[in-house]
Amino acid sequence: MSNNLQTFTKGLVKENPILVLLLGCCPTLATTTSAINGMSMGLATTFVLIMSNLVISLLKGFIPDKVRIPCFIVVIASFVTIVQLVMQAYVPDIYETLGLFIPLIVVNCIVLGRAEAFASKNPVFPSILDGAGMGLGFTFALTILGCIRELLGSGSMFGFRILPETANILLFILPPGAFICLGFLIAIVNQFRKESH
Amino acid sequence: MAKKPSTLINMVVALLVITAVSGGLLGLVYGMTKDTIAEVDLKKNQAAIEAVLKTDTPIDRIEETVVDDLTYNLAYDAQGNLLGAAVKTYSNAGFSGRIELMVGLLVDGTINAVSVLSQSETPGLGANMVNPKFKDQFNGKNPASYNLSVKKDGGDVDAITAATISSRAFTGAVKMACDSFEANKSKFMKGGQQ
Repeated sequence: MSNNLQTFTKGLVKENPILVLLLGCCPTLATTTSAINGMSMGLATTFVLIMSNLVISLLKGFIPDKVRIPCFIVVIASFVTIVQLVMQAYVPDIYETLGLFIPLIVVNCIVLGRAEAFASKNPVFPSILDGAGMGLGFTFALTILGCIRELLGSGSMFGFRILPETANILLFILPPGAFICLGFLIAIVNQFRKESH
Repeated sequence: MAKKPSTLINMVVALLVITAVSGGLLGLVYGMTKDTIAEVDLKKNQAAIEAVLKTDTPIDRIEETVVDDLTYNLAYDAQGNLLGAAVKTYSNAGFSGRIELMVGLLVDGTINAVSVLSQSETPGLGANMVNPKFKDQFNGKNPASYNLSVKKDGGDVDAITAATISSRAFTGAVKMACDSFEANKSKFMKGGQQ
């Protein structure tokens, strides 16, 4: 059981996909212009991660080694399309802002990476936990990044105004702001990790 | 569980089964969400038309027609007189992707109101075009006396701070709707093609 717990928590902190492994940085930098965008993107990815880990773990005895990558991609792409259709139908506003980045979850290296490195070698239950842990770690990092950028760039958080409009620092909404914020976040996390060793 | 050996037949079967099941599943989800998606789009379009055509005169009926590649929603009163038009216009000159607007025009060409249908401009910058501060400056302006281009280009439109490109695209789309309406409105006058 402690093993399962570890499988789940490693994605949150020790092997956080963004802050430690630096996987999937493209959607991270692009969609975190506001906290709500970052969180939605994270949750959409989490769903895809859990479902694809589940299915790939179930199918691992059935898929021959030489065609495993195309098989994984088909499974992942299917779940991404499902997410896309459901979002378009029920949360059209968020779907519109995330737009292009939803289909791009297919090529997010976290999803394929977990399928290849974990789900294809482990039983179903730990694979689900691994997907959930990694996904939530990803969501956590994106939400934090979104909060910081939204606060500094638009003076609000989750859409609620906190700072006056005159205090906005435009840079943080633009791509360079994403790189700067991510850099500082990683530096802080690294410091903590060093101390805890 | 032992892995299946990568023989030709195993590979073909695995790929075939996985793609077939995925395809079936996607078809199912598409069927389930299709109507809701269409409904959401329609509702949004309808809401935009109503918002930009809102005047004191009650509208009797709305007719849809396509002229110059633009979709017109022509509003008539009970006597069949043209009250105005909600024109769906667009611009590809934005900072990122296509901008779609619904422009409400009165018979004399005056802009009644503008509503943003879809845009993917930079959040916090160009995306501010959806705020009343920018888009409501067009309300009640007549292109005959109001120069539809941003101040930087010698016009009368106040651009969004640090988003001149988005403002320019928005203004261009509005201008396209106004010009097209002006050129075609005589056709619409007589109660449409009843």
